[in-house]
Amino acid sequence: MNDLVLDNGIVWLTIFVLSVFVGIEVISKVSSTLHTPLMSGANAIHGIILLGAILVTGTAEGTVALVVGLVAIVLAAVNMVGGFMVTDRMLQMFTRKKPKPAAAKTDGSAA
Amino acid sequence: MPIWVQLVYLLCAVAFILALKGLSGPKTARGGNLIGAAAAVVACAVPFLYLDLDHVGLILGAVVVGSAGGAYGARVVQMTQMPQMVALFNGVGGGAAALVALLELEHMVEEEVPVFFLVATAFTIVVGSVSFAGSVVTFAKLQELMSSRPVVFPGLPIAFGGSLLAAVVLSVLVVSDPTMLVGILLGLLGLAIGVLLVLPVGGADVPIVISLLNAFTGLTVAAGGYVLQNTVLLVAGTLVGAAGTFLTLLMAGAMGRSVANILFGALKGGSTLGAGEASDRPVKSAGPEDVAIMLAYAERVIIVPGYGLAVAQAQHTLRELVDVLIERGADVDYAIHPVAGRMPGHMNVLLAEAQVPYEQLIEMDEINGDFKDADVVLVVGANDVVNPAAKTTPGAPIYGMPILNADEAKQVVFMKRSMRPGFAGIENELLFEPNTTLLFGDAKDSMGKLLSSVKSL
Repeated sequence: MNDLVLDNGIVWLTIFVLSVFVGIEVISKVSSTLHTPLMSGANAIHGIILLGAILVTGTAEGTVALVVGLVAIVLAAVNMVGGFMVTDRMLQMFTRKKPKPAAAKTDGSAA
Repeated sequence: MPIWVQLVYLLCAVAFILALKGLSGPKTARGGNLIGAAAAVVACAVPFLYLDLDHVGLILGAVVVGSAGGAYGARVVQMTQMPQMVALFNGVGGGAAALVALLELEHMVEEEVPVFFLVATAFTIVVGSVSFAGSVVTFAKLQELMSSRPVVFPGLPIAFGGSLLAAVVLSVLVVSDPTMLVGILLGLLGLAIGVLLVLPVGGADVPIVISLLNAFTGLTVAAGGYVLQNTVLLVAGTLVGAAGTFLTLLMAGAMGRSVANILFGALKGGSTLGAGEASDRPVKSAGPEDVAIMLAYAERVIIVPGYGLAVAQAQHTLRELVDVLIERGADVDYAIHPVAGRMPGHMNVLLAEAQVPYEQLIEMDEINGDFKDADVVLVVGANDVVNPAAKTTPGAPIYGMPILNADEAKQVVFMKRSMRPGFAGIENELLFEPNTTLLFGDAKDSMGKLLSSVKSL
């Protein structure tokens, strides 16, 4: 089992390194207008630790471990749900009302 | 793990990439966020479908409690308080990651595991705790529960260095001989490092630190994903870690600062300007009627909005005032400094909330050449972003930050509550210039009077 995991190590490293490049690449052209929502959205995405918290709590043995796991779940759920909702609320304000004249929304990149 | 589970995780990982991609464009941002949210929900539902988990009732209960708390916070938070809310959400995420790693460590104490698992676990415990404690301090600073000025005490560099060293030593201990005691100590040490890291950071720089801690949390989630052998955690965490680091560098660049300077600048000391005291030097002040006349007969007006505008909830009245001025034939724009507000892009959110047309918001680089032709520049609740000290005073905390050239305009009107310095805690020379007029009072109140005076002209 352990040998297998070690062999897999290089696969995990590959995923990690490629993800680093993807992470930088996808946001490299963001305009400063969107820095705050982007930070907030990225913040929500790491709320996925909720999945990890569920996995460890579901196999927890003993009361202490169970309680710690449940605390982790509560914290992670706050991060995930709150993060996505607050980002949506922010972004709503950018799109709620069209500007009055015919000039439709610009792409915002250098506006 | 069944194949279908791995495929669902793969789809979720792709969805997170699309979410970040979407979030970086104004038209696609909202859709991107929703894709991310959907993927997160799906990924979290999966283990219930293929694993025989214990304590399912309690787990679901905890999920409901946490979700309700997060939803409540997201709903009630004022847009002006957005940065500290993001900090708080980030902190609890880091805390959760550290707790997950501690629980994993418990398994590792009992059975032998590869070294890399222990390294990743130790990393998650430390950095997750740093992120948690650091975020709590940033929250306290932004919420003004504590001084927003850099907090430095004599032994701080030694305490910080010592904690880092101790963290390395304990990490080595955990890896060579894992015990729960050392794991818990490591977590406590992480908390201390987080506090010591953020204390010396000045209020205006705190958003950069939030972004950095956000990246830290991302990396801890990635490390946790490796320990749990879960691809979606690894990919999502790494994406956030990489994107967050890049975003931090972008923001620091917008302020003309390096991240190292932001984190450790105050430790070097030497900044005498940050005294944060109100000066009693003479200034020229005027009433709303006088300012109304200046504005009403100006051809080119530039508004410089700042955080104070939003705190006073004066942005709606400001928009009305601008509408009236435009009707009278003036050319009016808003000059948006990249770090206006408490976070890069924060001011755009606040003005969008007041339904200010997008095309009236002009970014700094584009409008800076226009100031010399402006008849009146109206600075509302902003200070540091027009402070010439950024150009003229080496050693000032904001030295090197690009600023709006309001000082080049024919007339500058500051709407201020008091002579208290801006968030960076330094005095603004522009206030004492002969062509500067101050309009004292609560921004909303003054703005209302200004509006009715302009209307009656």
